[in-house]
Amino acid sequence: MPFFPHGLAAIAVSPRRNPDYLAKMSSSPDAEIVHFDNVGLRYGSDREVLSDVSFTLHPGSFYFLTGASGAGKTSLLKLLYLAQRPSRGVIRMFGTDAITLPRNRLPGLRRRLGVVFQDFRLVPHLSAFDNVALPLRVVGVTERELAKPVADMLEWVGLGERAHARPATLSGGEQQRVAIARAVIGRPDLLVADEPTGNVDPEMAVKLLRLFEALNRLGTTVVVATHDVHLLRKVPESLIMRLDKGRLSDPTGALRYPPRRPAVPA
Amino acid sequence: MSLFRLPGLLTGGWRSLAGSGESELVPQSRLSGPMPWVIAIMIALMVIAGAAALALRNTAQSAREDLSGGITVQIVEAAPEARQQQAAAALERLKAIPGIVSAELIPSNEVDALIEPWLGAGTLSGVDAIPVPAMLDARLDGKVSAGRIADIQSQLKAVAPAARVDAQSSWLGPVFDAIQSLQWLAVGVIVLLGLCTGAAVLLAARTALGANRGTIEVVHLLGGTDAQIARIFQRSIGRDAVGGGAVGLALGLTVILFVGQRFAALGAGVALGGALGWSDWALLLAIPFAGVVLAMLTARLTVLRALRRML
Repeated sequence: MPFFPHGLAAIAVSPRRNPDYLAKMSSSPDAEIVHFDNVGLRYGSDREVLSDVSFTLHPGSFYFLTGASGAGKTSLLKLLYLAQRPSRGVIRMFGTDAITLPRNRLPGLRRRLGVVFQDFRLVPHLSAFDNVALPLRVVGVTERELAKPVADMLEWVGLGERAHARPATLSGGEQQRVAIARAVIGRPDLLVADEPTGNVDPEMAVKLLRLFEALNRLGTTVVVATHDVHLLRKVPESLIMRLDKGRLSDPTGALRYPPRRPAVPA
Repeated sequence: MSLFRLPGLLTGGWRSLAGSGESELVPQSRLSGPMPWVIAIMIALMVIAGAAALALRNTAQSAREDLSGGITVQIVEAAPEARQQQAAAALERLKAIPGIVSAELIPSNEVDALIEPWLGAGTLSGVDAIPVPAMLDARLDGKVSAGRIADIQSQLKAVAPAARVDAQSSWLGPVFDAIQSLQWLAVGVIVLLGLCTGAAVLLAARTALGANRGTIEVVHLLGGTDAQIARIFQRSIGRDAVGGGAVGLALGLTVILFVGQRFAALGAGVALGGALGWSDWALLLAIPFAGVVLAMLTARLTVLRALRRML
């Protein structure tokens, strides 16, 4: 699994200038990372929390997922990071049918994802360093290989001196930064972030967004769920997906910010 | 805090997902609790029961070997003169029968001494003496069978009509049966203790799974496989089992040595026949290893089964 070999300096290298990456992307038959077709999700026998959701995420794109509270953002993200199977529809990830995929092959897909959970979900017994190193250890990166990138990543998110602190001793913002560092350390193909800047100050929010953009330039497809309208302005090239009562109002990405054409009503 | 902190062969690298630092992915204290002590007690009981089963087997085997080729000929004749005459004739005939490697007349004073405690002193001599059969002890070159006994009986009939032939092992048949029953009882106890150990590990693993569900979900979502997660629990339980097994073995061996010394002090043939050999000690030493394997296997299967219910 690739990770930042020389700390964060590597992030600044644009994949669009990398011929290998461009060749890989262009050789993909339909150049899609994720494809949802008519996806519905219900918990138990309740009404559907997501209905008829169809969209395609393209490699190297940056998406914001917006919508009011209860619109289904977190449910959609759960489907994206394979924590939930849909009640109906088709989900294809990295060219693989994620619904019929046997359980034992799911870890292979999950290792290509980076996830920032809304509630951080840090392992309480591990230090910040060990939490960030966890995705690398899962794929078998040796201690010697991971030490520097993890330290650099913690340094970059401003937690270099708190590397050995446990989550309980970190503030909400610090925990969030550890969660983000954990999600991006493996340089995932798809980064899914649920309100990643909710607990940090505006300066750090912008810094973290720059990290996402840097990753995006390396070829990572980024999906950020947020309420923060100001955040949308920071990434002009982003595509916006808006959820309203479980339905996606603009699956084509027409809702750019600033809008290039009127929004498609739900 | 875990009760045992033995490094152990089976625990190497168990922190592979948690790093080499002070932290643990699944905290040991929550995972183990009293588990090492439960395993220690179970192993101690299994070792003691195993030693009992092996000692009983050795006792029965030793007694069987002693008696397997032996026959006893009784001359049940009330008239002392006729009894002695038939006994002498029977002894001569016995020595002549092919397959009989030795035969001897048991002196009458030895026979009297054997039964005197039951009949009382002074009842076996004098004019009113109770007639006691003459006894001959013979050893065959192989095992005693009903056919051989019948053959010897028919050959003796001609010279000693009052002769009765019995296999010595048949007298102790019920004793051997009882010993065998005890042996199976001990094996049953070992099996039950093994099942109890498995059940205790199963409960501990389930509890640990519940307590660490959040962590497990995160590792899963980061791409951790079921096998990786199961390995964490398996090694943790393995560490408890190694510590518990060592303590249990020490406890069990102490009891065995103590009881063994008491039996050795008896100096009786049957008690000494139950002494444990090298292979027996090796079997007893294997019990804690079997316990560790059982505990780790149970933990692994329990965790894998539970994980299969998660996406």
